[in-house]
Amino acid sequence: MKKIALSKLNELFAAIAKDTELHLPVNFKGETVFKKWTEGDNYAKDSLKTVKSPKDLFFPQNENISNFRKEGNKFIIDPVELPKSGIVVFGVRGCDEQSFRVLDNVFLAEPVDTFYEARRKNSVIITAACTKPSESCFCKTFGIDPTDPAGDVTTWIVDDNMFFAVKTEKGEAFLAKYADIFTEAEEDDTYRVENVKYLANQIFAKLPLADLTTEGWGGDKTDEKFDDPKWQDLSTACLGCGTCTFVCPTCQCYDIRDYNTGNQIQRSRCWDSCMYKDFTMCAHGTARPTQKERYRQRFMHKLVYYPANNDGMFSCVGCGRCVDKCPVQTNIVKVIKAFGGDKK
Amino acid sequence: MSEALVPHVAIVTEIRTETPDVKTFRLEAKDGGKLFEHMPGQCAMLSIPGIGEGMFSITSSPTQGDFKECSIKRCGLLTEALHALEVGDEITIRGPLGKPFPVDTEFKGKNLLFIAGGIGVAPLHSVINYCRAHREDYGTIDILYGSRSMDDLVDFKEMKEEWEPEDGLNLYLTIDRPQEGWEGHVDFVPTYLKELAFAPDKVAIICGPPIMIKFVLANLLEMGFEKTQVYTTLELKMKCGIGKCGRCNIGTKYVCKDGPVFRFDEIDELPNEY
Repeated sequence: MKKIALSKLNELFAAIAKDTELHLPVNFKGETVFKKWTEGDNYAKDSLKTVKSPKDLFFPQNENISNFRKEGNKFIIDPVELPKSGIVVFGVRGCDEQSFRVLDNVFLAEPVDTFYEARRKNSVIITAACTKPSESCFCKTFGIDPTDPAGDVTTWIVDDNMFFAVKTEKGEAFLAKYADIFTEAEEDDTYRVENVKYLANQIFAKLPLADLTTEGWGGDKTDEKFDDPKWQDLSTACLGCGTCTFVCPTCQCYDIRDYNTGNQIQRSRCWDSCMYKDFTMCAHGTARPTQKERYRQRFMHKLVYYPANNDGMFSCVGCGRCVDKCPVQTNIVKVIKAFGGDKK
Repeated sequence: MSEALVPHVAIVTEIRTETPDVKTFRLEAKDGGKLFEHMPGQCAMLSIPGIGEGMFSITSSPTQGDFKECSIKRCGLLTEALHALEVGDEITIRGPLGKPFPVDTEFKGKNLLFIAGGIGVAPLHSVINYCRAHREDYGTIDILYGSRSMDDLVDFKEMKEEWEPEDGLNLYLTIDRPQEGWEGHVDFVPTYLKELAFAPDKVAIICGPPIMIKFVLANLLEMGFEKTQVYTTLELKMKCGIGKCGRCNIGTKYVCKDGPVFRFDEIDELPNEY
């Protein structure tokens, strides 16, 4: 394990930023957001969750995928260059780290989404262990250890120091690159980090959603769950605003639209939401005519369809952003509980 | 460049007006050669940049030549713009997308019964011409096709002049209501199907409006067909065509990449959301 004094963090960030793009959580107008680090930015070390997840670092909210020019009745396709590869994302919580792997299963499956792949390839993920979770956290339900998250390198803060543990070869190479800035952790540092983990786990065990379980959900539950009358009641309050899908780190549905700038036609993709009526609207109508069907689709996808196609992995990471942000307090926790997923 | 999402330019080399609202477009690569290889049942994303992109079944069979043809019904913004195209105009295309009909496996050596309604004949047209080109690989070919009126029968000329005279191929046409100048059968497709009383020793391939498919399937089952003998194609809103944008997701399947061809026993496993 390596360590660095918190007061020296900006020195580390400056060194990284000299080589590659570095993104980390910073405070911005009373909220925390992921931002490209520049001189003067401070890591929001005490903040738990960013408003939006960092998924847009790999899957941007808006992205130009091709350009066209029209000359008479001819079209010329102007290729869009692939994005730069190899960013460093620092201060990622365990939930968001798992969300990258959920997205990988979609975008890196054949045929590979080369835009996503270019961004994701060679990226280094440095995670931050959680010590002060919020009441809406339930990542443990999805097998995440927030006190010792995965990633290429994992960090813990103990008093005035940050500790770095290598988790992958990529992480090892990364730390080696900045070896001068770190010092080697001592034996009792290991004990102090273990103690922080222990204390954090005590808090996690007392969280209101600590007993939430995915029991009863999974890839083989379509028939059992799909026609359940409970969907009607659960979805009644849903406004169909799509906020849950935009703050969700694993939601990956997108739209493709053309925009004529006058000089050229830009084709871009942007985040979309299965909660919207237009999402499946065709010339012949839609198979999801009311909010009930759209609401059911979102949760069935996360808790049944996705696991069926991805070896049982759920497409929810328990970050709780939808719990915090839904204007009518209807969310995945209510769905899981309504079907009996609460040990209490 | 993301090969999967970035299209190629295609040139419109022929346009045939099939019915008052259906045109068939022949598309070819700009510099000659094939746009791409495809098999019957597969689809392509056609686009007029600036208007939009949409998924269409490829109506031509790969045995017909290097070109691709799509029969397109005018019913929205993009199809309206496609119908305004003239020969020599360019559009963009990407494909092939989706899984084809199992023409070289499950269909091989079988008697085939095609049942189509309206523009539903589009995806079947490719299969029929593929099977006609490999005639020795298949048994009898029965084609039951119906439309609202005789003016709405797509591919009418080709069916009457090229298909019907062939040995071992039976063509049954019908229209919904009597019409002056029509001496053929008048009835809805499902009713005519019952009347024709085909023996269930065939593979049935059906495509048409959802209501027709529903009654045709019910009648086929009554006639002794098993769901494992009946194929159709599903159609949902699509954007990416490669199983990622989420739009055509039904249960664990994405119609764009796992379909659009499904056997009815496979459809039974999907939630009723298509």
